[in-house]
Amino acid sequence: MAENRLTTSFKAVVIGGSAGSIEVLLKLLPALSSPLPVALMIVLHRKNSTDSSLADLLSSKTMIPLHEVEDKDPVITGAIYLAPADYHLLIEKDEVFSLDDSEKVNYSRPSLDVTFESAADVYGSSLVGILLSGANADGTAGLNLIKTRGGFLIAQKPETAQAAFMPQHAILNAPIDRVLDVDEMAVFINSLNRPN
Amino acid sequence: MIEEADIDLVLNDLFEVYGYDFTNYARASLKRRISRLFLLDKFPSFAEFRYRLKSDPGYLKRVIEGLTVTVTEMFRDPLFYKALRTEIIPTLAAKPFIRIWHAGCSTGEEVFSMAIVLKEANLLHKSLLYATDLNPQVLEKARRGVFPLVQMKQYSENYIESGGQNDFSAYYTAQYGQVKFDESLAEKMIFSTHNLVSDRSFNEFDLILCRNVLIYFDKQLQERTLNLFDESIGTLGYLALGSKETLNFSSIKAKYRQLNKEKIWRKIG
Repeated sequence: MAENRLTTSFKAVVIGGSAGSIEVLLKLLPALSSPLPVALMIVLHRKNSTDSSLADLLSSKTMIPLHEVEDKDPVITGAIYLAPADYHLLIEKDEVFSLDDSEKVNYSRPSLDVTFESAADVYGSSLVGILLSGANADGTAGLNLIKTRGGFLIAQKPETAQAAFMPQHAILNAPIDRVLDVDEMAVFINSLNRPN
Repeated sequence: MIEEADIDLVLNDLFEVYGYDFTNYARASLKRRISRLFLLDKFPSFAEFRYRLKSDPGYLKRVIEGLTVTVTEMFRDPLFYKALRTEIIPTLAAKPFIRIWHAGCSTGEEVFSMAIVLKEANLLHKSLLYATDLNPQVLEKARRGVFPLVQMKQYSENYIESGGQNDFSAYYTAQYGQVKFDESLAEKMIFSTHNLVSDRSFNEFDLILCRNVLIYFDKQLQERTLNLFDESIGTLGYLALGSKETLNFSSIKAKYRQLNKEKIWRKIG
C-alpha cells in the first residue's frame, strides 16, 4: 500500500533548506531526470538580495526548466521553481504562486514553514515535503501540517548534512517517512508517478 | 487551525459591517494574516474573534492593520531608484508640471525617497506627489514624515546605491531615536485614503508607483487595478511595480513597453 502510494498520484515536491543546502542542490539537480514527474519548489534561506545569481547557478545544473518565481506564475508539472529572496512563497488553490513580503517567520523570509503549510493546504496527500541541511528549526511545523493533510515527508540524513540541526530537529519532532542521502533523494523523486 | 469557511465568514463580516471588501485578496496570504491575528490576540474561539470584530469598531483598526502588510523602506530596491533617476525622471523634466501617484504608499518611505530624487533633479518645485492607502493609520504616519533612527544606516546605504551623491543625513534631523524629514520634501505631497478595490481614478499621472501591493491581490483584482492605473496614466507615462510583479497576465500589457530589467513600463498605446 505504502509502495503503491509512492509510485502514483504526487503533484508537487517542496524542498526547504538553509545553511549547507545549496551544495545539496548542486548535487541533486543534475541527478533528476527530465521530464520531471512533478512540480518541484525550492525554498532556501538566502541573503536578502534581489539579484538572481542563485537561480542562474541552479539552472546551470539541470536541463529541466528552472524559474525564480514571479507573482501569480502558474505551477506547471515538470518545472522547478525557486522562491525569490525576501518574499514568502505561497500557493493558491488554483495552483498559481503568490508572493508575500510580510514579517519574517522563524527569522526568515522566505520561511520554509510558510511554503510547506501553504502547499499542504493546496496539495494535501499529493505533496512531498523534503527538508535539507540547516542550522535552525524552520520547516518542522510545516512538515507536520503536510503530514496532517496526508502528504509524505523526507529529511536529509543528518550525517550527510553540512548543518545537521535542521533535519535532526525535524526527525525528532515530525513523523518523517524517509531519511535519505542526496543520491537516494534523486532516485525517490525520479520514481514518483512512475509505475514499476 | 482556521478553515477556508471561517475566512469567508470574516470577509463577509468586514464587508457587511464596515464596507471593506477583501474578497479578491490573494487567499493564501489572507489566510495567514487572519490566522496570525487570531493567534496573537489569543481568542478562545473563532466565534469570539468574529464577535469582537463585528461589535467593536476599535478592534476593526487592529484587523485592518493586521490584514494589510505595511512593510516598506526608503529607496527599496536601490537599482530601481537608479533607473528612475537616470532613465525616467529626465524624460519628465521638460514638462511644465509633474504628477506622480504612489498607490498603496503605506507609511510613506517611498514617497519621501521620490521627493529626494526629484529635489536632486531640481524638479520637486513643479511636482505633485499623490500618496494613497486604504489604511488611514499608516497615512497619518506618512504625513508626519517621522521614521525610526535605527533604519537610517540601511536607508543611507540604499540611497548611495541608488546614485545619491549627497550626505543622506542632511535630509533629516534626529531626536529621541526618531528622525524627522525636512519639511520642504513634504510640501509637494498630498495624502489621502483610496481603496484600489472600490475607488476610481481621480487624476491623470505621468508616473504611477504601486510596489508590492498587487502581490496581495488575486488575478481578477490585479486586472481591475491595472485597468484603473491604465485609465490614470497619460500617453508616454510610466507604471512602476514591485520587483516580482508583472504586467504579463494583464490585458493592458499590449499598450505598454517594459524598460530593460527594472519593473517599469511606459505607456505607448
